[in-house]
Amino acid sequence: MLYGLDFDITHTLGTSVLLLSFALLYQRRLSGVLEAFALQAILVAAAAAWQAWTQDAPHLYITAGITLGFKAILIPLALGHIVRKLGIHRTIETVLGVNLTLLAGVALVALSILLVFPITFASGNVARENLTLALSVILLGLLMMITRRNAVTQVVGFMSLENGLVLAAVGVKGMPLVVEGSVAFSVLIAFIIFGMFFFRIRERFDTLDLQYLESFRGDRQVDRP
Amino acid sequence: MSDLNAVYLLLAIPLTAAVILVALPWHRASSLLNVAASLATLGVAVSLLRERPAAGSLVFIDDLNITLVVLTSLVGFTTSWFSATYIAHEVEIGRLTRTSLRFYHAMYQFLTFAMILALCANNIGVMWVAIEASTLTTVVMVSIYRTRESIEAAWKYFILGSVGIAMALFGTILIYLAGQSVIGAGTEALAWTELHARAGSFDANILNLAFVFLLVGYGTKVGLAPLHAWLPDAHAEGPTPISAVLSGLLLNVALYAVLRFKMILAGNAGAIAPGPLMLTMGLSSLLLAGVMLYRRRDIKRFFGYSSIEHMGIIAFAFGVGGPLANFAGLLHMALHSLTKSGIFFAVGHIAQVKGTQKIADIGGLTKTHPLLGWGFVLSVAAIAGLPPMGLFLSEFLVVTSAMARQPWLAVPVVVGLLVAFGALALRLQQLAFGEPRGASAPIQASLVPLYLHLVPVLVAGLWLPAPLVAWFRNVASLLGS
Amino acid sequence: MSAVLAVLLQLVQFALVLLVAPLVTGLARKARSRLLGRRGPLVVQPYRDLAKLLRKEAVMAENASWLYRIAPYLVFALLWLATALVPTFMTRQPLSPAADLIALVGLLASARFVLALAGMDVGTSFGGLGSSREMMIASLAEPAMLLVIFTMAMFVHTTSIPSIVDFVLGRPVGLRVSFALAVISLTMVGIAETGRIPIDNPATHLELTMVHEAMILEYSGRHLALIEAASMLKLVFYLSLIAVVFAPWGIVRADPDLAGLGIALGAWVAKIIAGTLVLSVFEASIAKMRVFRVAEFLGGAFLLGLLGTIFLYVSQAP
Repeated sequence: MLYGLDFDITHTLGTSVLLLSFALLYQRRLSGVLEAFALQAILVAAAAAWQAWTQDAPHLYITAGITLGFKAILIPLALGHIVRKLGIHRTIETVLGVNLTLLAGVALVALSILLVFPITFASGNVARENLTLALSVILLGLLMMITRRNAVTQVVGFMSLENGLVLAAVGVKGMPLVVEGSVAFSVLIAFIIFGMFFFRIRERFDTLDLQYLESFRGDRQVDRP
Repeated sequence: MSDLNAVYLLLAIPLTAAVILVALPWHRASSLLNVAASLATLGVAVSLLRERPAAGSLVFIDDLNITLVVLTSLVGFTTSWFSATYIAHEVEIGRLTRTSLRFYHAMYQFLTFAMILALCANNIGVMWVAIEASTLTTVVMVSIYRTRESIEAAWKYFILGSVGIAMALFGTILIYLAGQSVIGAGTEALAWTELHARAGSFDANILNLAFVFLLVGYGTKVGLAPLHAWLPDAHAEGPTPISAVLSGLLLNVALYAVLRFKMILAGNAGAIAPGPLMLTMGLSSLLLAGVMLYRRRDIKRFFGYSSIEHMGIIAFAFGVGGPLANFAGLLHMALHSLTKSGIFFAVGHIAQVKGTQKIADIGGLTKTHPLLGWGFVLSVAAIAGLPPMGLFLSEFLVVTSAMARQPWLAVPVVVGLLVAFGALALRLQQLAFGEPRGASAPIQASLVPLYLHLVPVLVAGLWLPAPLVAWFRNVASLLGS
Repeated sequence: MSAVLAVLLQLVQFALVLLVAPLVTGLARKARSRLLGRRGPLVVQPYRDLAKLLRKEAVMAENASWLYRIAPYLVFALLWLATALVPTFMTRQPLSPAADLIALVGLLASARFVLALAGMDVGTSFGGLGSSREMMIASLAEPAMLLVIFTMAMFVHTTSIPSIVDFVLGRPVGLRVSFALAVISLTMVGIAETGRIPIDNPATHLELTMVHEAMILEYSGRHLALIEAASMLKLVFYLSLIAVVFAPWGIVRADPDLAGLGIALGAWVAKIIAGTLVLSVFEASIAKMRVFRVAEFLGGAFLLGLLGTIFLYVSQAP
């Protein structure tokens, strides 16, 4: 049952990241969401750095650095600024109740265990656990995007989803292009933040809400000049 | 590396052009350069047909992607031609500023670069980055008018596209996990050539899970239901040349990625058959889009849904599998690219002469603008799958191959096709015939690209050249069942 | 170890928890008052309160049944037994085989059941209200508690406390998130069960918010003293349980000698004091929740317990 310190640290970091995904779902205030997200990013950075150390893969330190500097510090600051500027500190609008969302989250974790466990016998304990946790974080990020209707929380949900991807990528031994991937994602996120800030997007965009998609709001009568 | 010069040249041309275009302040010169660069890209792409370089560690060319590279650069070229005249008019009426135009041309070339990179990359990681870059570029293009609607459309596209991209990355990581245990850690475990060659010895279970994520992820970019919601909005609110490129090319690129991964699964005996999954998504897209077509009021959104419908047909064809269905899918892919971008050229003209995108305000086009009107009628007839157009042939092949493999599946396909056909016929009647309605200005942009696209579509319906048939047959057999 | 000594030590254990219980409550009150900027009552005040109540006559409602009369004795006995079963300074005692997590939960549940019945017995509105709220909280807290036990059972493969202690002390446990989650979850359950802030405020008789106090509003004299003593014991129970399961260092596991017993006792007292102080800080820094938020609080405890189980499962390779 015990595999020594290596496994323990990986386990602790991974599970803490997942725990913070739940904390994100539990939060009712935007400031709390941003704090929880920053903490999650710090833990992901720590996990990346730890993998860099154990796998002896120095390039992962870059990923850790990007995650720490960009997602743990810069983005929460920028989002905090947007939240203050647009005056949206209010309680987050939820589609499901908090307890129901958390329950759905647990169901998603169970789902990812069911998905990943049977297929990763050969890959070793560390990879198996990491992948399970990463998939859980990804699915919880999606859940957050679906159940929290507000541009800022959707973006945070997306970034938390991306944290899961980083966790998955660093956990697989010798994965090339991780750094390139994290740079590409950082550019993407920077664009999103920039877009929000520039166009003052504050209201909800129910992009994943199927009920909304089937309505015909898109065909509003617009005359071109 | 010397043997790869041609591919690198193919990538270098649009990239260099993009860099120059950012700096170029004169919009006439930049649209000329845009056309010239696209033409040069096309030239290099065609030259690759004759002399194919050996596979390298970063890029490679095989029968499947060369087809799409040529198609992409061809449509890229004609669209740049159309765009040159179209955009000039947009600047005149003040919908676009000169600064955003500079941006527009640079982005156009960068998008071409990203798409060709995604097609040629011999590395699933590089391909992922390229597709992500193409998403970013098109998001910027969609929001270029800066209206509330266009920004909302761009945001929607952004969020959904990003989720798709994220799912695809997870799938990519899983593929690496599967490959790494056989090929060993490192870049080789991400190379298409290696993955295809050794797919048989991968862990089938990991491949299965990976494919689900890849299909959902890249499927979002293809516009397959249920994650298609971004597509009509992005088509409606962006500049028309971008709608043409989106429908004609970008959807194909994403579908190409799905097909490649499908080939890996097909090469592994233990993995699930990827067909039923694609088939289901394709069929639901087809039926959903067919029904949705009836309630559209915006002409570009209307054809956006039509693109979902056709992507559904193509995904269905590849899902059925086998040489005939694959052949039909490939043919449909190529012809749909040509026809749909042609339609968007026509729609761009229509929106400019009528000053509106509302279907209700457009009518009697064949009377007021005979050349444009009849071109539009022909292309809509083509997209609806009327004989003797090429799309009739490919749709016919799709249905017969479905008949041969799973007869009961042919029924919903035919129903979907007929539903969509009804919607198209209804709208066409209203748009092209009857009493002229709405404003009527002279045509500003060139009509040549539209007819340039119509000719091969018409010819394909009547006569397919034997070398082309042999070529497609070869590619179809590559794709497996 | 002679049988006489063993029995003697067992009796010491019973006496110890009973004697310490008012002190812990007094300490909690004092610390909280100090944190809030008041001087607060003396630490020994609960002893005086209990002594005073014991001297007074027990007034009974006219329509009270026998259940109402025996409930205080039953509740007190059950809680005293439960608290004394949790090892404090040594694990090998005559009654140790009964020190099983599930048995303890059962004892607590029985006490709660009896008290809730007694609360409804007289038929006043407050008693009924308190009972129903108490049962609601219990119904939310118990699943969380069971999940904590489940986590321990998966980890240690037993629910017997002496065995858990042996396991935890026996080998390096390493970093275990599940363990930490179980502690947090158990603490949250403890807070809810002992009626502390933010679930309930033991120092208030505000009709809208009181839970435990409403249930025992009709009791007086020695009956009230017993119930008060029982709730003091409950606090010691949870502190002691958390201490022995998650931080059993210092406890005597083999035949006792005098020095070992002294160290064990000192360690236990230190742990209890530390726990009380942490509780006070927590209580002073947080506001009481509205009743319907309790579900969310305990839902959180349940979630943490569940996640602890899941994480343990994930890290355990078959």
